[in-house]
Amino acid sequence: MIPELGHFSLILALLLAAAQAILPLAGAARGNTRWMAVAGPAARAQLLFVAVAFGCLASAFLSNDFSVENVAHHSSSRLPAVYRFAATWGSHEGSLLLWTLILALWTAGVTLFGRRLPDDMTARVLGVMGLVSCGFLLFMLFASNPFLRLQPVPPDGADLNPLLQDPGMALHPPMLYMGYVGFSVAFAFAVAALLSGRFDAGWARWSRPWTTAAWVFLTLGIMIGSWWAYYELGWGGWWFWDPTENASLMPWLAGTALIHSLAVTEKRGCFKVWTVFLAIGTFSLSLVGTFLVRSGVLSSVHAFATDPARGLFILAILVLTIGGSLLLFAFRAGRVGVGGSFAPVSRESFLMANNVLLLTATASVLLGTLYPLFMDALGLGKISVGPPYFNGVFVPLVAPALFLVGVGPVARWKDARLPELAGRLKWAFAASLATALLLPSVMGSWKPMAALGLLLAAWIGATACVAALARLRSAAAWSAGFYGMNLAHFGLAVAVAGISLVSSYESERSVRMSYGDSVALDGYTFLFKGVTYGDGPNFRAARGTLEVAYGGKPVATLHPEKRKYESSGMPMTEAAIDYGFTRDIYAALGEALDDDSWSVRVFVKPFVTWIWLGSILAALGGLLAIADRRYRVALGGRKGGKA
Amino acid sequence: MRRLIPFAIFIVLAIFFAVGLQLNPRELPSPLIGKPAPDFRLALLHEPATQLGPADLRGKVWLLNVWASWCGSCREEHEVLLDLSRRNLLPIYGMDYKDSAESALAWLERLGNPYAATLVDADGRVGIDYGVYGVPETYLIDRSGVIRHKHSGPLTVEALEKTILPLAEELLRCFNPQPTSFIDCKPADG
Repeated sequence: MIPELGHFSLILALLLAAAQAILPLAGAARGNTRWMAVAGPAARAQLLFVAVAFGCLASAFLSNDFSVENVAHHSSSRLPAVYRFAATWGSHEGSLLLWTLILALWTAGVTLFGRRLPDDMTARVLGVMGLVSCGFLLFMLFASNPFLRLQPVPPDGADLNPLLQDPGMALHPPMLYMGYVGFSVAFAFAVAALLSGRFDAGWARWSRPWTTAAWVFLTLGIMIGSWWAYYELGWGGWWFWDPTENASLMPWLAGTALIHSLAVTEKRGCFKVWTVFLAIGTFSLSLVGTFLVRSGVLSSVHAFATDPARGLFILAILVLTIGGSLLLFAFRAGRVGVGGSFAPVSRESFLMANNVLLLTATASVLLGTLYPLFMDALGLGKISVGPPYFNGVFVPLVAPALFLVGVGPVARWKDARLPELAGRLKWAFAASLATALLLPSVMGSWKPMAALGLLLAAWIGATACVAALARLRSAAAWSAGFYGMNLAHFGLAVAVAGISLVSSYESERSVRMSYGDSVALDGYTFLFKGVTYGDGPNFRAARGTLEVAYGGKPVATLHPEKRKYESSGMPMTEAAIDYGFTRDIYAALGEALDDDSWSVRVFVKPFVTWIWLGSILAALGGLLAIADRRYRVALGGRKGGKA
Repeated sequence: MRRLIPFAIFIVLAIFFAVGLQLNPRELPSPLIGKPAPDFRLALLHEPATQLGPADLRGKVWLLNVWASWCGSCREEHEVLLDLSRRNLLPIYGMDYKDSAESALAWLERLGNPYAATLVDADGRVGIDYGVYGVPETYLIDRSGVIRHKHSGPLTVEALEKTILPLAEELLRCFNPQPTSFIDCKPADG
């Protein structure tokens, strides 16, 4: 009964989404306020029904209702309750439902916080979001229904993929989707602006907090995914340039460009066409990312069972949404008009350069990700593009962009003078140069890539501090946006420092160990104390013990595990990590070898935690920026009132 | 109309996506096609005392289906296999890959047994010879013991009707009295 209720709710949600899309858009075009007024209530009612559908699916999972095909394939009675809940979005169908739920949440958010927008703007924004929602609800109802029943009912389910039975993996998709789908707000605003032909500062100011919020979620989502790969896959790596990782990196890069472009459009009125394009592009890349992951068009560690009909359906959504908006852009962007002028040395031009670099980096990731598909489609053979390409292309593009991160915020709008700029930045530059020259030697040996990374990290960090201190000393009023920006940049610096140090100075050994063997690495000794066996709720585990000492003093005891999940027979590695501010000690069990010995991988990873710490700081910076009261001041639209 | 450039680029991309959907990124051409099936002798699941291998199946055109009870997508193709076995076109031999005998027997008991016999590859050694990298996989082997086709992933009705069965029919038609020379009886590609 409950699954049918969920199915029925989805149908109602589709009807509401259609009403939310058609009536307000037509109303805005014809000036019919009653039609436009449908948007808000329809959006909130749609949220209600999508939430009911999601609740029905979650309850089917929690109550082990194996008559539902989706539950039978992705859960089992021995799965702990928290993962049974997380399994709700562990399948293709469930993750689409989550996607749609999050879209409905963002849409309802616009109706709640968007009350001071002009009515026709609200109507168009909600209408566009309703169209997107229609596409995904149709897809679910016709090609990916999560509520299908199974006959005969199996006694138990096939269990959730063990890779997903992990707190990080339970959190990663919702965060990532909040980011992906959050960019639909900026997209809808851009399309609404193209439809109405109004590109005032209000449009940019309205889009900014939404875009930043989506960016914060996406940053955290990518961070959790990377952290999960680090501790779960057992290879000690934190980024693999896997197609699915790239699918999330591309909207992040474009979204970062969008945030900065929106700032210029709001403050100075220029870059309007560029901003509209980025808003369409960022959400388009989110959709492309969803397509790449969901259609199985690329093989990757994330590969899901797929069928071509589903791929074609998502492709149709993609073509209608992206193709439609890009056509609209081609024909309407001419009306946007030009903004204020600026000198070659000014904050505008620095931000422009940064935008171009970010977009080029996005394009290079897109090319590398899709290159195997292009070759295969043209019959030129099966190839794969790996880290050498991405590192070789991405680093040279990002390095100058990182340098500009230090300059941009300090430069004046419109016209900056180089001598003045140099005067404000000389101490920051000296400090970062000293860091780059000295710090790598402290780490053991001076390496050029580490020095470059540290130079850029210290440069961004120091300039962010200089800018924040100068603002504190001046009489200027407190501005959450300004400090948020500097905090985000500081977080970026921390992450860049972590990436540079761990890439240059990590060390690892892969050895065969039996009881009592020890291995030395980077001054640490790892003593192997054998393996014990035990059972978890739905797996059997071999649990190793490694005693780690530094200079004879015990530092940590690590318990890496090798698990075998009963229902799938899939072996899983649970790495053991001693986290530290300046280094992680990492151990993973490999295979059991013939005699009583095991293959064991040990790593010492300096400053790797800084990558995630930096990402969290950057996300906090974004949150602080959203809190800026400027965004809550009335825009002078037709409606007043407070929210 | 330089503003049409993003649209044009996107359309090219979309065409590639549409073509890409028809391709299977995991379908790597197996180096074993056209080569004799690696030899082995494995115990049968239902009669552990009996052993069977490709050598015993000379003269038959048969399917080798690699499966396991822990494999979710094997459940997907199971109906297709059952249906095929009912049609009596060619025998299907199963290879139970890295699995325990009890759960494999229970699985066949519950879902039905499409196999003429099931061979047990408990430690996956034979799987290595065949280059198994994902279960399920299905091989079409001709009268002289040569692998003619490999299907990765769950068997679909479409793959069966369009590729495997026509190929099998051709292989069945060309009877070669000397099973070791397979060159003069090569089926058309596809």
